[in-house]
Amino acid sequence: MPLLEVRDLRVEYRVYEGTLKVLNGVSLSLERGEKVGIIGESACGKTTTVKTIMGLLAKNSKVAGGDVTYKGEDVLKMSKKRLTELRRKNISMVFQDPSAALNPVFTVRQQLYDIIKFSTDERLTREELHEKAVEVLRQGALPEPDRILDSYPFQLSGGMKQRVNISMALVSASELLIADEPGTSLDVTIEDQIMRLLKKIVEEKGISIIPVKKFVDRIYVMYAGTIVEEGPTREVFNSPQHPYTQLLIKAVPKLTGGGIPEGILGQVPSYLKPPAGCRFVTRCPYAMEVCDTDAPPLYGVGAKQRAACFLYDERQLPR
Amino acid sequence: MKSWTFAVKRLAYSGVSLLGLSILIFVIARVLPGDPARLALGPRAPQSVVEALRLQLHLNDPVYTQYFYWLRGIFTGDWGIALFTQRNVLIDVSDFLPATIELILFAAIIDLVIAVPLGLAAGRRANSIVDNGVRVLSYVGIAVPSFVVAILLQLFLGYGTHLFPLIGRISQNVVPPTQITGLYTLDALLTGNPGAFADSVWHLILPAFALALGPIAQEARIMRSSVVENLDKDFTLSEVSHGLPERTITFKYLMKPSLIPTITIYALDISAQIANAFLIETIFIWPGFSKYGLNAMLSKDLNAIVAVVMVAGVMFVIANILVDLVVGYLDPRIRLQRRTEE
Repeated sequence: MPLLEVRDLRVEYRVYEGTLKVLNGVSLSLERGEKVGIIGESACGKTTTVKTIMGLLAKNSKVAGGDVTYKGEDVLKMSKKRLTELRRKNISMVFQDPSAALNPVFTVRQQLYDIIKFSTDERLTREELHEKAVEVLRQGALPEPDRILDSYPFQLSGGMKQRVNISMALVSASELLIADEPGTSLDVTIEDQIMRLLKKIVEEKGISIIPVKKFVDRIYVMYAGTIVEEGPTREVFNSPQHPYTQLLIKAVPKLTGGGIPEGILGQVPSYLKPPAGCRFVTRCPYAMEVCDTDAPPLYGVGAKQRAACFLYDERQLPR
Repeated sequence: MKSWTFAVKRLAYSGVSLLGLSILIFVIARVLPGDPARLALGPRAPQSVVEALRLQLHLNDPVYTQYFYWLRGIFTGDWGIALFTQRNVLIDVSDFLPATIELILFAAIIDLVIAVPLGLAAGRRANSIVDNGVRVLSYVGIAVPSFVVAILLQLFLGYGTHLFPLIGRISQNVVPPTQITGLYTLDALLTGNPGAFADSVWHLILPAFALALGPIAQEARIMRSSVVENLDKDFTLSEVSHGLPERTITFKYLMKPSLIPTITIYALDISAQIANAFLIETIFIWPGFSKYGLNAMLSKDLNAIVAVVMVAGVMFVIANILVDLVVGYLDPRIRLQRRTEE
């Protein structure tokens, strides 16, 4: 049984203009100790996916279908109490923007102590709280834990704030750590440090992680609320199968030169009126008639890769 | 910067702005048409008597000379004679001000105690029944003038049911406590007089509530909207994702940041009451400072007008310094910035 399994998840947001059909049947799974990534351009549904897993969706959103199971338990139908317990003891999340994720008017000590206090059923003394806080801050590679504890978030740099967030997440992430692009709002060198830190931590502790990119065993490629391709990271990058993945990888600038790449023509479709069939049809160079009407399932390609594209359906003939 | 240097600096700035205020109100009061001496003595007083009073009040001197006399008087305790009470304005002020301060302090307490929980409850459950109830209440509170509220309260809770007294600060058969601060409730406590304390609190409830209703509506709205705003922030989601109990999130992590804008408006609302409470004071026959100010304006009593405006100004300054201290306590960014500036 996988640790976490998301099946055919559909999430909608109600907005003034109508209903945004953001997630359109997202499926993914994660084994114990596995590191899995999700990539895709911005607004493709990565954050919505991880927020649904954590039960953090906004009030105007609705799970229109599918389920999320954690060790066999349905997270979406779980009682509030059970969900809180999972959040306290098993799963944790690191947010994208470290500055926004810390309460600005409380010290790190006040926030971290509360998190530790509620992560256990025992009544901890102040010394024990302090001990545990110093321990997680050390795991977050923060020097001078006592100075950090007495700081307010605005007194710390972006990188330090993200390390504090990671430390806080470590208190309760005994099995699964979800990291929503934890380095995106930081500069590249700091982002790299944060990623290395996360990698080291998850490997040492043997917990699973969904970081939204990098250093992962397996990767999911998302486009406009759908998973278009999945497979082992190396294979996906070396031989991308879905047209979107191919274009995406071509669009990454290379340090070895070759100028600025072209990018992908067109835009992500509107979630208000997404295409009825494949959501990539508007930008796909290989679009066929069937793509307009039917959503492609994931077809196995090679030994471990799968791509959601009719090009891999033997019955379909290119136009 | 230490907090006492901050306070000293603020006091110095405030001194300058109060001086400016005094010049402004002094000049405006004197250039307005109408002869204060004539108004004080009545239309039938002979011109010679009016002229004598004008001389006595230095009204024939240039405005800057008059201002100099006035400024000297402020520091020597001679605030001039209020023509309509025929007493030193300083004595009038010390007589009337405590009653108003007591009323406003009570209104301030009622305001905070009601508005903050209402705003918190409404914001936490936006668009629920509670939220809509608070919204309707707020509109009523903002739209209905305080004097209407006062009369309705008098009618239903005072006249109709006799639950509360209609007028005054204390019952006729209760001896007011020995004057120490002039605040009956405080004096009663200081002199150990529980009967007078209970009686004066009983008298305070209706006028204080009438005065507080508008500010309650205002503060509840602001509290609600900042709770809604903070509820959407990543830090709240993060607190939820760590499994903190709803109680802790609401009463600790949401309340403190949401109080910052609320307290700022709260202080302004409360200090504005010093000058605006006259309707309530009139309706409840409250021997207060605000009504005294109104009478001074109507009789163009120069010394009293200037004194009333100055006292209101000082109250504003005090309220502002207090709110800065409280906001500094609530918001470390402000408090610690102050320190690094020096």
